[in-house]
Amino acid sequence: MTYSPANYPERVLVTKIGFDGHDRGSRVVAAYLRDAGMEVIYTPPWQDIRAVVNLAIQEDVDVIGVSSLATDHLIIPDLLAELRAADVTHVRVIVGGIIPQNERPDLLQAGVSAIFNPGATSEEIVASVRALAAEARAVRDTEEEAM
Amino acid sequence: MSDERAAATDDLSRTVASWQTQYAKEIGQDRTVINRSGIEIRPLYTPLDWSESRYDEDLGVPGAAPFTRGIYSTMHRGRTWTQRQLIGLGTPEDYNARVTMLLQQGASAISLLPCNSGFRGIDCDESPVALLGTCGTVINTTDHMDTALKGVEIDRISTAMNDPTPFTLFAFLLGVAKRRGIPFDKITGTANQSDYISHYVANHMFYRLSQPGARRVFVDHVKFCRAHVPNWNPVSVVGQHMQQAGATPAETMGLTLSTAIQYAEDCIDAGMDPDHVLRRFTYFFDISISFFEEVAKFRAGRRIWARIARDRLGAKDPRAWRFKFHGQTSGVDLTQQQPLNNIARVTAQAIAGIFGGLQSMHTDGFDEALACPTEESARIAVATQNILREEAHLCDVIDPLAGSYYVETLTNEMEEKILDVMQIIEDAGGMYAAADQGIVQRMLGRSALEYQNRIESGAEKIVGVNCYQSEVEEREVPTYRPDRAAMEAQVAAFRAFKAGRDQARIRAVIDDLARAANGSQNVYERVVEAADAGATHGEIIACLRRELGFGHPQMVA
Repeated sequence: MTYSPANYPERVLVTKIGFDGHDRGSRVVAAYLRDAGMEVIYTPPWQDIRAVVNLAIQEDVDVIGVSSLATDHLIIPDLLAELRAADVTHVRVIVGGIIPQNERPDLLQAGVSAIFNPGATSEEIVASVRALAAEARAVRDTEEEAM
Repeated sequence: MSDERAAATDDLSRTVASWQTQYAKEIGQDRTVINRSGIEIRPLYTPLDWSESRYDEDLGVPGAAPFTRGIYSTMHRGRTWTQRQLIGLGTPEDYNARVTMLLQQGASAISLLPCNSGFRGIDCDESPVALLGTCGTVINTTDHMDTALKGVEIDRISTAMNDPTPFTLFAFLLGVAKRRGIPFDKITGTANQSDYISHYVANHMFYRLSQPGARRVFVDHVKFCRAHVPNWNPVSVVGQHMQQAGATPAETMGLTLSTAIQYAEDCIDAGMDPDHVLRRFTYFFDISISFFEEVAKFRAGRRIWARIARDRLGAKDPRAWRFKFHGQTSGVDLTQQQPLNNIARVTAQAIAGIFGGLQSMHTDGFDEALACPTEESARIAVATQNILREEAHLCDVIDPLAGSYYVETLTNEMEEKILDVMQIIEDAGGMYAAADQGIVQRMLGRSALEYQNRIESGAEKIVGVNCYQSEVEEREVPTYRPDRAAMEAQVAAFRAFKAGRDQARIRAVIDDLARAANGSQNVYERVVEAADAGATHGEIIACLRRELGFGHPQMVA
């Protein structure tokens, strides 16, 4: 079966890992994704990386959006490593927030699919999540067929 | 009205009407301008909007109720605002180097922001090293505080601790005072993060103590300070958290005043005298770039508080009616794009704060939308204040915007909006109850989304973001990150310190703390005792979380 937003809306986990509690950005983005018709799973800040991975599996999400205001992006590579360790290869990870220019390459290299800085529009974010969710489902379908 | 005055008003009405006709003809399709608080801004204000007829009741003179024009008779002409930069980075040694530099540059007070791991309620040895000191200084013990404040004369310079309940940083500061033989009554400054309600509803940066637990420690801490550290301000109500989380300026002031009422009534219910306790109330605000709106917000807030302190809370001493506040230029308005433009933004924000009558100020570094300020940007931020004071002569005249038809009308309109917000909170049973019911969280969420929609629609323009975008490659701003090796050494030294303590003594002071939490004695006295004995931040928090409950902010859709 092919998935489309019509029979199965994109599922996105919007979360914050690490120590920072400022959630204005993640709340606004979650609202935009919801209004675009997606199913949003929203967590409070300070999630443990392992808890995020478990939640992503249990909730069968296509995309994880991590918001970072105060340097928590520095541990996002650990999240990607934990996803790989749990054999979750199809879920796409995007990051939004304050990511200094010189620290972007590390995140992209670690496997982050997209980075949104302040100034990104809701349209850009929604379009990116939609495309990445389709990609995630395609990868998952291929993996399931191979099994 | 006398016949003469009525005739003058008629004349004025006719003159204004003729301008109105001319204006409509020349402007064609006029823009609708609505400020962030939702007040429609007209193109011209005249004596028809505001006249001096209520001057005495609404404005008066600086230093006298209702303090609209300032809380001191001399204001900035007499004593300039305190230049208090928020500082928090790296190890205690890194903090000490930065604070020493800023004091040499003209900062006249200091503040300390702990590492985010501290806000999570844990010590550095439980945290990923990658996150330590990136945003705040690692301060887990009295030793750390001693190092951070080496050479800083804490008996002469006021300190602000960004220190939620149960105020461990303050306990470490008192430990340092004790070591240096400084009597506690020489310690001045402010518990900047005592506003626990704002942590639950807005910024969530707290030591994760439960809300009822925080309420208990808050009151004990105020009592402790009254008895032992009388020149410390144990209460700071943080409107900044509300505005950063999305509240409009009017909502921010309304929520802040409602919170202050809650804290004041909690203290009065606990037997404290409003004339004592209210003199130690302070406020902490964001200064956004919505210039006149911010000036009006502060002027209206001061006036409302004076009336509440006197009429509702029963303070008789006019000094207890003063609305003392620290202003921080808002990071929300700063942009990652074309970052040097932020120097201009901070300048405009700072002027709004000065004209708003603040007592102390932090100006953001231009790179503060990206990371902790570097030494260069921190220096420019302090210089901005010096330039405004020395070169632009902003301190020569007190409340210079008073009497402006626009500013006075806006002050009145903001006052109405603020009172509306306070009524919503009052109807919910006060701020503690309103936070419990999610009313505040929903208000913040709705306003944050509305503001973002205004940016997306172009109603709110931001240079370099949704207009005047740069074609050229962005200048790369160096971002501050602490030295990894130094941080690892810091963690190793901390582990060694913990292992080398008198463990029986630590267990005993933590047991005492637990007993106080479960009994009726002052729990904050035991926090100070535990810190002095060498207990760490994480140990004190863990004990109180066990006894008084773990704190989760309430999430509301």
